[in-house]
Amino acid sequence: MTLATPAAAVEKFSGAYESLVAGNSDVPEWLKAVRQQGWATFSELGLPTKRRGNELWKYTNLQPLAAADFAYSIGGSVTVDQIKAAGPWDDAWNTVVVVDGKFSAELSNLHDTVGLDAGSLAEAISSGKGDIESQLASLAGREEYAFTALSTAFIEDGAYLAIADGTELEQPIQVVFVTSDDPESRASYPRLVVDAGANTSIVLIETYLNLSESSQFSAPVAELFAGDKSTIRHYRVQIENENSFHLGTTRVRQLGDTNFTSTTFAVGASIARNDVHTLLDAPGASCTLHGLYMTSGSQQQDQEISTTHAKPGCTSNQFYKGILSGKSHAVFSGKVVVMRDAQKSDATQKDLNLLLSRGAEIDAKPSLEIYADDVVAAHGATAGHVDKDTLFYLQSRGVDEEAAKAILVRGFAEEMLNEFEPKALNDFVERITDERIPILLEESDTIGTA
Amino acid sequence: MLEINNLHASVVDIENSEILKGINLKVGKGEVHAIMGPNGSGKSTLANVLMGRPDYLVTDGDVTLEGESILELRPDQRAHLGMFLAFQYPAEIPGVRPWQFLKAALDSKAESRGEDKMSVRNFSKLFDEKVEAVGINPNLVKRSLNEGFSGGEKKRNEMLQLEVLQPALAILDETDSGLDVDALRIVAEGVNSMRSPERSFIVVTHYQRLLNYITPDVVHILVKGKIVKTGGADLALEVEKDGYQEYLEAAGANA
Ligand SMILES: Nc1ncnc2c1ncn2[C@@H]1O[C@H](COP(=O)(O)OP(=O)(O)OP(=O)(O)O)[C@@H](O)[C@H]1O
Ligand SMILES: [Mg+2]
Repeated sequence: MTLATPAAAVEKFSGAYESLVAGNSDVPEWLKAVRQQGWATFSELGLPTKRRGNELWKYTNLQPLAAADFAYSIGGSVTVDQIKAAGPWDDAWNTVVVVDGKFSAELSNLHDTVGLDAGSLAEAISSGKGDIESQLASLAGREEYAFTALSTAFIEDGAYLAIADGTELEQPIQVVFVTSDDPESRASYPRLVVDAGANTSIVLIETYLNLSESSQFSAPVAELFAGDKSTIRHYRVQIENENSFHLGTTRVRQLGDTNFTSTTFAVGASIARNDVHTLLDAPGASCTLHGLYMTSGSQQQDQEISTTHAKPGCTSNQFYKGILSGKSHAVFSGKVVVMRDAQKSDATQKDLNLLLSRGAEIDAKPSLEIYADDVVAAHGATAGHVDKDTLFYLQSRGVDEEAAKAILVRGFAEEMLNEFEPKALNDFVERITDERIPILLEESDTIGTA
Repeated sequence: MLEINNLHASVVDIENSEILKGINLKVGKGEVHAIMGPNGSGKSTLANVLMGRPDYLVTDGDVTLEGESILELRPDQRAHLGMFLAFQYPAEIPGVRPWQFLKAALDSKAESRGEDKMSVRNFSKLFDEKVEAVGINPNLVKRSLNEGFSGGEKKRNEMLQLEVLQPALAILDETDSGLDVDALRIVAEGVNSMRSPERSFIVVTHYQRLLNYITPDVVHILVKGKIVKTGGADLALEVEKDGYQEYLEAAGANA
């Protein structure tokens, strides 16, 4: 098989794009222009390849994606029970459900919470809610990366959340993006826009589920606007089948004295990439980006994490942990840019990996680009095996080797799992982790060697 | 209870690395044996070989527990037979809480013996009791196993595990080192309260001071991988006074 050329890749999606453009006369002009811009960018870039000089995609092999074909249409058939079985759920949460890129009022569970407007993105667009026109695709997608551009070309629907100034919500808001159980391979481009007003405080859970066994392609984009002095506790859960492709983008713009804390739990897909960027755009903004990724078989999992310190006195912290087995491959690419104006910045980056097999590979590259001079920064990355002395210690107390290994792997994940505070979410990530550990250990061949 | 016959052991993968050079030792039921000896003489190696640490290779001799050889058994199987090693340097295990881990250890012991697992309620009660008995800060045991524990806290935690697991043969490798007087007394009281006609101890120590609290039945001096002298509790006092020079010279002449 030869590598798809950019032109061939563009052709793969052009039929769908043309019929989308032809079919939608009731879309506002501004959105047509946005889509057009996205498509123009994607046409120019094509699918990224590992070609030299393409630093951002150096470690990721997109060949399997380039070789596949995907139909396009939004919406599909899913039941609430399927969603509850596959992902975290709590009736007390406000939950917005998006099926194959289309908002579902029927599956969503919304409580008319004061200060919260949660619902369909398509509706927010057509009725011109809030600042949707200036916000949508402003942080992500017009002229940067291929997948965000592609997603932007296909903006139709998704979820829209607006939190009124001063609203503090204790109960989480969950947005579930679910891929229906469809034997046909399809593409979806779900969007999320969150407009958190000044002095708001929310817990946001972004969940990606896939009910299908077949190969599905999803390029979701989330854009989060954190208003002055807002606090957002964000979680991202991504769990899909091993034939699918997930190329996700999260963009966050933080205003003054905002606090954005995010923890990711990523275990799914054949190729999964989560590209997160936080822009610290006013003094006193702080962000904490944490995550746990687990890969087995021949999975590829990329965490592309970047923060820009644009203004003085901001703090950022990136800390990811990975557990890799089989012949899987993970990338942690953490980047912090401190602009000239951003004096008194504080940035830390850390990526710790547990390699359970010889065939597993991690490319961890934390990097700092500093243009200011009064900055505190630290970064580090490690990859290690399960320690044989520790294993012996556990065994000497009567725990057999298999159980001891499981205890150690679980122990490694524990500090990240503990960050998932909402009870139903915590139960969910713990359950998935406990289900994964035996699979990881089955493909393990390095435990006990130093 | 335990019989060690002509035990030779080396480090796996290192040629000519023999550390134990023919150890003979018999520990009867209910006895407390102390092993003393200079740094690097092989005390920890002996303790670890008894527990089945895979870093060491037994090249000759045998070790039997209640008449059955244990050398082919895995460490967890030895633990199920009632053996316990309190480590000189206990491992730090991030993310694993002592409570969870001890419950898992007890459960697997029960399972291996075809006994019922202890209920969570009964276990919690036992655990809390022992936490108080060994004087470990209850907040510590909510944290990761040994992670960030001070030297003394780690040793107390080893005592906690010893008391919960109630082994038939406990090997304490310098559990007294690095302890303040109060902690030392707790270790000694722990051992004394567990002393019974059914339970034996091997206590590795450098200091007479522990033996002031725990009176051993037998004291062995281990030098360069061999037991060069065996005696009663008095022997420890002699060593405290005169040091190991005499034994080192004798061992040097023999080598
Ligand atoms: N795994 C190993 N690999 C290499 N050398 C080892 C290993 N274990 C022990 N040794 C060596 O064997 C000798 C005995 O070590 P051991 O730890 O048993 O001594 P010890 O009597 O317990 O000393 P201390 O009083 O300092 O605790 C030392 O020279 C030590 O360096
Ligand atoms: Mg020692």
